[in-house]
Amino acid sequence: MKKTSTSPAAFPKAEIGREMKGADAVVECLIREGVDVIFAYPGGASQELHQSLARTDKIRTILPRHEQGGSFAAEGYSRVTGKVGVCMATSGPGATNLVSAIADAFMDSIPLVAITGQVFSKYIGKMAFQETDFYGMTLPIVKHSYLVMDVTELPRIFKEAFYLARSGRPGPVVIDIPKDVQQAKFQPVFPAAVEFRSTYATATQHATDDQLKHVLALIADAKRPVLYAGGGIISAEAHQELKAFAEKTNVPVATTLMGLGGFPETHPLSMQWFGMHGSAYGNWAVDQSDLLLCFGARFDDRITGDTNKFAAGAKIVHIDIDASEHNKNVKRILLPITSDIKYALTRLNEIAAAHKFSPPDTKVWHAQIATWKKETPFRYEKSKHIVPQEAVKVLYELTKGDAIIVTGVGQHQMWAAQFYRFDEPRRYISSLGLGAMGFGYPAALGAKVARPDKQVIDIDGDGSFMMNIQELATAHIEKIAAKAMILNNQHLGMVVQWEDRFYGSVRGNTILGDESNVGSPDNLGGLYPDFVKIADGFGVKGRRVHQKSELRAAIQEMLDHDGPYVLDVIVPYTEHVLPMIPAGKTVKDMILK
Amino acid sequence: MRHTISVLVENKFGVLARVSGMFSGRGFNIDSLNVAPTHDASLSRITAVLKSDEAALDLCIKQLRKLINVVEVIDFKEGQAVARELILVKVKASAQSRSEIVQIADIFRAKIVNLAADNLIIELTGSDDKVAALLGLLEPFGILELARTGRLALKR
Repeated sequence: MKKTSTSPAAFPKAEIGREMKGADAVVECLIREGVDVIFAYPGGASQELHQSLARTDKIRTILPRHEQGGSFAAEGYSRVTGKVGVCMATSGPGATNLVSAIADAFMDSIPLVAITGQVFSKYIGKMAFQETDFYGMTLPIVKHSYLVMDVTELPRIFKEAFYLARSGRPGPVVIDIPKDVQQAKFQPVFPAAVEFRSTYATATQHATDDQLKHVLALIADAKRPVLYAGGGIISAEAHQELKAFAEKTNVPVATTLMGLGGFPETHPLSMQWFGMHGSAYGNWAVDQSDLLLCFGARFDDRITGDTNKFAAGAKIVHIDIDASEHNKNVKRILLPITSDIKYALTRLNEIAAAHKFSPPDTKVWHAQIATWKKETPFRYEKSKHIVPQEAVKVLYELTKGDAIIVTGVGQHQMWAAQFYRFDEPRRYISSLGLGAMGFGYPAALGAKVARPDKQVIDIDGDGSFMMNIQELATAHIEKIAAKAMILNNQHLGMVVQWEDRFYGSVRGNTILGDESNVGSPDNLGGLYPDFVKIADGFGVKGRRVHQKSELRAAIQEMLDHDGPYVLDVIVPYTEHVLPMIPAGKTVKDMILK
Repeated sequence: MRHTISVLVENKFGVLARVSGMFSGRGFNIDSLNVAPTHDASLSRITAVLKSDEAALDLCIKQLRKLINVVEVIDFKEGQAVARELILVKVKASAQSRSEIVQIADIFRAKIVNLAADNLIIELTGSDDKVAALLGLLEPFGILELARTGRLALKR
């Protein structure tokens, strides 16, 4: 069936609908919110909703092979587009399988609406078949949630849920709908706008001109300023404003991983990203800065290490839309500003232009950073084998930096960020706050559904890929050409790295194959499992590559294939992600070798 | 340092769970928590007493404001609010000790609201100091049970 799309602007006024079932009203609400795709796995308590979805041609319903896959796919869709991702599951076990993605969306501030079927309202609290208190279970990991007990409230609740998911600091919203509410007939009233008694929910957060002039004055006096740019830049769509501001003030930029692509990494002012495995120069620059401008980030422990020693000599400016992030982790913020970062940057640029702001003399600082960059870039030792870093680098070259890269969690996630360069936002799609393994391939499906015009490559580990490998079926059946490049080292590489560094290389359940015959580039017979055969079983094309001489051609073959593809790249497990600042330590403790 | 905060919330399903979950999930320590509807039945007022430093209190208030069903959060600084607590205390009372206990209650303008052969229940409304003083005096007689509202407060 050909699906046509709609936009929210098509429905400006409150409208009274025809009489319909609750489930039909849900679908009508989704259409009104501009939803064109939903990732949904049916079950008894959500069947009514699937029946309604089957009757519309405006929403593409994609069946994942596990609810977790569907919910990560919805996140992938959201992270690539900035639109609200939508997933749905039945009650009980269907709902509990959504929890990881909801937590992930909460940690990374991703707009997500998760709809769950619930048992008949008369059975709630009775331990009915497939009943869980999903509303209660998800309270700590949602921006807001609803248990719909009255069918007439559905239109208002959906309007609110989408508004909340995407506004302010975005986040996940859960809507739990008992089956009898889905079945109840009523005449819906679709509101045109949302109303909350909380003024916070609809408040516009804007910095004052005085605050922003203060920021410019601090920059004018700085000798070693650094911009620390986070995911807020991307969710606020403020990347162009950031670039203009950095150029105007001549301040070098280090992003977080959430902020990757929020500032072009090939820009002369870019120090790429910093934190535990970030660039040495980014970390040194932040550490030695005398003015740190944190825009749309939250001083995560993977960024700061020991908070007492983080940027210890810097005056810190923190602009964030969420006031509760000010002074939360690093408690000596000189100038906390609660503001939408796009507004703040736009206004900063205007004020700077109006006052003919001229950047301070930071020649010495820029020279120092240039030296650091030259002397200590991201690097790796050459090997006779394909090393994982090299595979990422070749992928970067062959895609000319134009692919959407999705990752699982672990070493490969860091190497993808280190050796692919991101010049645009929404190109590095990764579970960062939660660090949820298994995120990669399903999220790549969601990304590819949103951007069929782009190469979407899941750079994954063999451990992470296995966690949602069933989604190969979704890719095949739904014809979603998302590709997976597995950096297969037969181990849980990041944990192995910690074992090697901090636990005397004792292997605590970190080998994924047969421990007595561990596969490697030197022992192809021990490789387990056979990902190419698995892919074949799913009807997905695959190829294994272990010889360096074949790497480039193999990656090219993956890129040229017009359907989903699994490229199994056999790499040694002995590589470590460097640099590394051990957890809770400082820049001085950075491991470079 | 003990702080009193007053949180006006929508009187809806699950709101108390959200507020108390925010306290526990973010590691704030609550001394007392009281919740009941206001004159506007669609709103409830939660009065919470927290032990925390100023920085943690500030974070707590900001987190509360983020909850969608929270309409208003007030942090009562010293002297800004009238604060009272109501307690019901069951004290062991024999025929011999009864009159002495009643005398103490009278001095505190507390009420005897139930009398049994071997105990009585006293109702007292007052400030923290007054409540503590009465309980201190009743202690030697043997406090059997105690129920208290926790601190309630309204801005002057």
